[in-house]
Amino acid sequence: MTTSAFDSYRPPDEGGRRRRRPSLRDNVSGAARSMARGSSGWLTGDGGGRREAQAVPDVEFSSYYGRSVVKPMPWKHEIPAYLFIGGVAAGSGLLGTGAAATGLDVLRRRSRLTAMAAVAVSGGLLVSDLGRPERFLNMLRTVKLTSPMSVGTWIFSGYSAFTGVTTAAELARMLPQRSSGPVGTVLRLLDAVETPAGVGQALFAAPLAAYTSVLLSDTATPLWFESRRHLPFVFVGSAALAASGVQMVLSPVAQAGPARRLALLGVASDLVAMHRLESQLEEDGVREPMETGHAGRMLRTAKALIVAGGLGTVLAGRSRAVAVVAGAALATGSALTRFAIVDAGIESAKDPKYTVEPQKARLEQRRAQGTVDDSIVTVR
Amino acid sequence: MSYLQRQLGGRTDPAQDAGWQDAPGRKGFFTDTSICIGCKACEVACKEWNAIPLDGLALSANSYDNTGDLGASTWRHVAFVEQDADRIAAARESGRRLVELGMPGVGAPAQAATQGGAPAGYGVLPAPVEDHGPSLGDMLTETRAFEDRSPEDGASHGTTVDGTPMVGALPEFRWLMASDVCKHCTHAGCLDVCPTGALFRSEHGTVVVQADICNGCGYCVGACPFGVIERRSDASTTVRGDGHVPNIGIAQKCTLCYDRLQHDQTPACAQTCPTTSIRFGDRDDMVEAARARVSQLHEQGFTEARLYGANDDDGVGGTGSVFLLLDEPEVYGLPPDPVCATSRLPEMFRTAGYAGLGMLGAAAVAFLGGRS
Repeated sequence: MTTSAFDSYRPPDEGGRRRRRPSLRDNVSGAARSMARGSSGWLTGDGGGRREAQAVPDVEFSSYYGRSVVKPMPWKHEIPAYLFIGGVAAGSGLLGTGAAATGLDVLRRRSRLTAMAAVAVSGGLLVSDLGRPERFLNMLRTVKLTSPMSVGTWIFSGYSAFTGVTTAAELARMLPQRSSGPVGTVLRLLDAVETPAGVGQALFAAPLAAYTSVLLSDTATPLWFESRRHLPFVFVGSAALAASGVQMVLSPVAQAGPARRLALLGVASDLVAMHRLESQLEEDGVREPMETGHAGRMLRTAKALIVAGGLGTVLAGRSRAVAVVAGAALATGSALTRFAIVDAGIESAKDPKYTVEPQKARLEQRRAQGTVDDSIVTVR
Repeated sequence: MSYLQRQLGGRTDPAQDAGWQDAPGRKGFFTDTSICIGCKACEVACKEWNAIPLDGLALSANSYDNTGDLGASTWRHVAFVEQDADRIAAARESGRRLVELGMPGVGAPAQAATQGGAPAGYGVLPAPVEDHGPSLGDMLTETRAFEDRSPEDGASHGTTVDGTPMVGALPEFRWLMASDVCKHCTHAGCLDVCPTGALFRSEHGTVVVQADICNGCGYCVGACPFGVIERRSDASTTVRGDGHVPNIGIAQKCTLCYDRLQHDQTPACAQTCPTTSIRFGDRDDMVEAARARVSQLHEQGFTEARLYGANDDDGVGGTGSVFLLLDEPEVYGLPPDPVCATSRLPEMFRTAGYAGLGMLGAAAVAFLGGRS
């Protein structure tokens, strides 16, 4: 069969018989991996003409057929929606209590009603995301400090209780006239507990806004876990600017001064913390899911909206129209930030390289420093 | 370490920490992948005993692995990895590096190049491949030629970690098979984050889900550093006569056959394993058996052999299921440096606390700043 001197360069198994599948030879080669994933071009390596050939080869590590090492969170859009709306609830509670203390009646009423609506929606979102929604009360059968979700459930429950009282007080104030009898007793009672409930609402608002970052970070999802030092500051900033944005839309300009100032502080916190978060992730080699794809687009849009909303907030004291636009931009920016972070985290769990590479890097780093006794892999 | 610190990280007895009095001793698996033949009897026995529904029938084109990975309806999973000579050499090199690092339990390397030590190496002829590759006759001639060489040339196949010269070249191809299972970590991320208490630590030191408590929040799924636990989807197909699929929407994983353990029985997978690749017993005995086996393999020239999960000082405090691997963990789809995220929880709550205080401060500034 050999007729040419160049035939010696051929793989030995060619020549009439069925070509050996490359995965038999080396299942970890890029060709086999792309074949296993079902994309074309394993033969030529050029992506079948639909994609440009990779100039940089895949980073060297062998995955198990490109399968993820950790499982992505099975959370759907309810959870990022809750992160946003829970943030609005928390920020609105702070604004409501602050407004009550400083005598801004319209801001107080609208903030408190916003907080109540947001709490109701949040509760619905949390229950509907469960695999067995009918068992949602099982969360309340235990207090577990090692579970951010358990801690968060109690924070949310406490916050909801205080919000219920302050909302009831607001509704009572809207009644046409003060009644006597049992209704009157209830109303007097509400008057008495309104201020303590407002204080409680403010004290629970901060943990409500911050705990969700721990909820994400306390997982094996690489992007969230590596975000643990900066994510809380992103989330409280995002909550502050979202709730303030909502009040800039709902409340008159004259009363929304504190909301505008809180929005600016929130914007500053969000942008600075986000920048530090991105540098940290860059260092850990898991930034890519936040820059690329759907999450990357959402995050870039969110940043543009937050910067624009922040600039609008500076001018919003003069015009209700500007305030409405800026407030809506801020709230949308916050929502997009939450969706982008959840989305990027789930993407980072799907690709084994974001799990394996940072782990190998930190293992090597510890070995370089002389620590060799804390590896899961041992000999003898 | 104090009681509270022990709960989150470091070496400890998990059953005792969970409050069990007179616990019967921690149980575990030792899965020796070097003698796994990939029969998948463990997968089948597990499915049968636990009445786990079917989650699809499809060919993955990934060697003989059509199961994919561990999940809600797969509590044992046999991985198949096909490797060429380069990959085998790389696996050996990484194994040698581990030895040279001076990992725990390893003393100074044995005296170099002991003459007269037992010859070591693969030493086994690969089966001739139909239609191509060298013929059996050629291989025998080559082997004889090699064995007839002088001892000085004998080192050309390298030495074992003890310095014994190897005989026989690396094979051109090998097939790694490994039966993966829940690790039953000392510090289990899934158990720590479960908000309902559905996951609990059994008296045997294992981690078990109570299906009637779990509300399907899914938090444990993302918290497992090994990607073991999963929520059962309604795409599962029944294996029961009445067409019922149990526990849809609920997190599921290996229980280390909690029901069988309570009657002093061996878990189904270990009992069925025809090669004793899966061994079951007290965890201390398993770790000891694993250490003995890895030493034996090293003596025989399998430098690539290493243990996974036998170190109580790792990121999860050691695992109940110990593995002997023949390549780096990620080759089998295992994480190379897993950490139980909860071990960083105090730090995370502290950071979140600062952020929350900052938010309260910002609100105070926002309201008081306008008054002046």
